[in-house]
Amino acid sequence: MRYFLQRIAFYLFTAWAAVTLNFFIPRLVPGDPVQALISKYQGQLSTKSIQSLYVLFGLDKHQSLWQQYIDYWKQIFHGDLGLSFTFFPAPVSQVIGQALPWTVLLVGITTIISFTLGTGLGVLAGWRRGSWADGLLPVTTFFSSIPYFWLGIIAIYLLAGPDSFFPSSGGFDSELVPAWDQYFIPSAIQHSLLPALTILVSSVSGWILGMRNMMVTVSSEDYITVAHAKGLPERRVALSYAARNALLPSVSGFALALGFIVGGTLLVEIVFSYPGLGFTLLQAVGAKDYPLMQGIFLIITIAVLVANLLADVAYLLLDPRTRKEG
Amino acid sequence: MEPVLEIRNLNVDYGLGDRAVQAVRDVSLTLHKGEVLGLAGESGSGKSTLAYGMTRLLAPPGAITGGEVIYHPEQGSPYDVLALSDRALRQFRWAETAIVFQGAMNSLNPVHKISTQLTDVLKAHEPKLSEHSRNARAREMLKLVGISTDRMDAFPHQLSGGMRQRVMIGMALILQPQVVIMDEPTTALDVVMQRQILGQLIDLRERLGFSVIFITHDLSLLVEFSNRIAIMYGGRIVEEAPAATLYRDALHPYSKGLLGSFPALRGPRRELSGIPGSPPDLAGMPTGCSFHPRCPKAFEPCSTAIPVLGRPDIPDGAGRSVACWLHPAEQPVG
Repeated sequence: MRYFLQRIAFYLFTAWAAVTLNFFIPRLVPGDPVQALISKYQGQLSTKSIQSLYVLFGLDKHQSLWQQYIDYWKQIFHGDLGLSFTFFPAPVSQVIGQALPWTVLLVGITTIISFTLGTGLGVLAGWRRGSWADGLLPVTTFFSSIPYFWLGIIAIYLLAGPDSFFPSSGGFDSELVPAWDQYFIPSAIQHSLLPALTILVSSVSGWILGMRNMMVTVSSEDYITVAHAKGLPERRVALSYAARNALLPSVSGFALALGFIVGGTLLVEIVFSYPGLGFTLLQAVGAKDYPLMQGIFLIITIAVLVANLLADVAYLLLDPRTRKEG
Repeated sequence: MEPVLEIRNLNVDYGLGDRAVQAVRDVSLTLHKGEVLGLAGESGSGKSTLAYGMTRLLAPPGAITGGEVIYHPEQGSPYDVLALSDRALRQFRWAETAIVFQGAMNSLNPVHKISTQLTDVLKAHEPKLSEHSRNARAREMLKLVGISTDRMDAFPHQLSGGMRQRVMIGMALILQPQVVIMDEPTTALDVVMQRQILGQLIDLRERLGFSVIFITHDLSLLVEFSNRIAIMYGGRIVEEAPAATLYRDALHPYSKGLLGSFPALRGPRRELSGIPGSPPDLAGMPTGCSFHPRCPKAFEPCSTAIPVLGRPDIPDGAGRSVACWLHPAEQPVG
C-alpha cells in the first residue's frame, strides 16, 4: 500500500511538471497567438477587439507570469482550456471532446483486439515451438516492418475506391448527422474498418513476437518441468504456469500502449482523414493553434500517466514479487 | 526384495541421426521397495539425463532410443513407463513417481501461492476431492516437512531456499508415491541444511515406506544416506554395490578415485587424491572403456573393448557388479 501511495505521489508530481511545461513552452516561443489571429483576419480586427482577444486568451500584458500561471491552473480545474483559433470561437475542450471519442474508440478497440489476438497467438507459437505457428512469424514481422501510414496508403490504393465497400476517408458518411441511430453507427463502423485493419496488421506482430519469446524463455524454467512432472494437464501447464508468467512484460507493454491510444496513431488518422485527436492535432499545428495544441498535449500527457499508473497496478496484481510488505 | 522400478537397457540420445550424442548408454538398474539407491558421478556422466529419461521428462533434443522402464504398482501387474499413452503417463507422474529437482530456488512458480502449487497436484490427480480436504492435505504435508501451516498463503520468494526445498519434498509426497527421485536435491543449500533435509527425508521414508533414487555428485552424502550406490561414468553404470561395501572396497578405479577425493570424517587420515583429467566429451567417447585415458590401472584390453557390467570374480562378489577389465564379469547383468 505504501508503495502504491509512493507511485501516486510520483505521478502527481509528474503531472504537475507536465502541466507546468505545457504552460511555459508556448510562452517561450516568439510571437503570440493573437498575432497569428491578426494575420489570419488580415487587419480586419479593430484595436479594441485585439485587446479583448488578448484578455480572452489570458495574454493581456498587465498580468505577471506568475498570475497567468495561477490562472492557468484554475482554468484547468474548471475544464477550461481556452479558445481554439482554428475552430474559433469554439472552446478547446469542446474541440477535443468531439475528437477524442473517435480516437479512443478506433485505436482503443484496435489496441485491445491486437493485444488479445497477438498474445493468444504468441502463447500458441511459443508453446508449440516448431509447429505451423512458427510460420506465422515471418509474415507478421514483414507487416510490422512496414510503417503503418504507408500500409494505410496501400490499403486505400488497393481496397478503397468509388465502388468499394471501404470508404477512403472520414469517420462517417458526410450525409449523416452524428447520432446514436441505426444509420450513423453502421456508417461509423464501416469507415473505421480500414484504419483499424491497418493498425491491427502493423501492431499485432509485436505482441506475437514478444509473447512467443517470453513463452520460450519461461518454458525452460525449472517450475515448468516440475509442472510437467506433477502430471498436470497440458492446458494448465501452458496457461497457468507458462503463459501466466510470460504475460508479465506484455502487460506493462499493453498498459503503455493504452496511454498512446490518445496520441499515438496520428499518421493513420491523417492518412484516412479520420476525425480523431491526431487529425485535430495536425490541423492545430498547421494553424499555429496554441491553445488547441496545449490542450491536446495535456490530454496525451494525462493519458500516458494514467496508463503508467495502470501498468503499475497491473504488475502489483500479477506479480507477487513486486508487492513490498511493511 | 521386491523391485519397484526396473530400468532395462535404457539409451538416451541428444539430437538425431549421425550427430546424436549418447548421454545414457545401456543402463540397467533396479530399485527395490523401501531402499535408497544412490546414483553418483561427475557432471556430464548422464545421471540427471537418466532421471529425466526414466520419467520421460526429457526436453528436445533429448530422446529415448531404447530400453524399458518397468514399474511395479502396489496393485496390478507391472507395466512399461516408456510405453504409456500421454494420458496414462500424466496419471502415472507424481502419483507413482515424484521428483525433487536440483533447482530448489526455481522449482516453484513465483507467481502462485504455495497452497495453489500444492493443491493443483491434487486437483489434477484426485478431482473428486473437495477444496476443503485438498487444503487439509496440503497443510498436512507442510507439517510433515516441518513448515508452519501459516505459510500456506506465502509466495515462494517469501521463503528461504531450505524452506522451498522442503516444500518441494512435501509436494513430492502429497500423493504418496512409491518412488521419489531426488536429483541433487540439496546442491543449492548449505551443508547444515543439506544434512537436516536429508535426515528428515530418511525419517519420512521409514514412516511412509517409499523408495528413493538419490542422484548426486557428492559421494560422501550417498555413503551416509543410501543403501546401495551405482556409479555412472560416460553414460554407463560402471559399478554398483551396497553402500558400505563400496565405501570399504570399491573395485572400479573410477569409484576409488571418487572415494579418494573427499576426506573421511572418522578413521585414519588418508591422502586426498582426486582423479586426473576431465570427464569425457560425450560426442567423442574414447574407444573401449571410456575411463581408460584417465585410469591409473589401464592395461591392454581397456582401450579396445568395452567391459561388461557383471558380477566380479572375487570371493564375496554377490550382490554387486562392476564393469572393469580388472574384474571381468562372471555373469553379465541383464
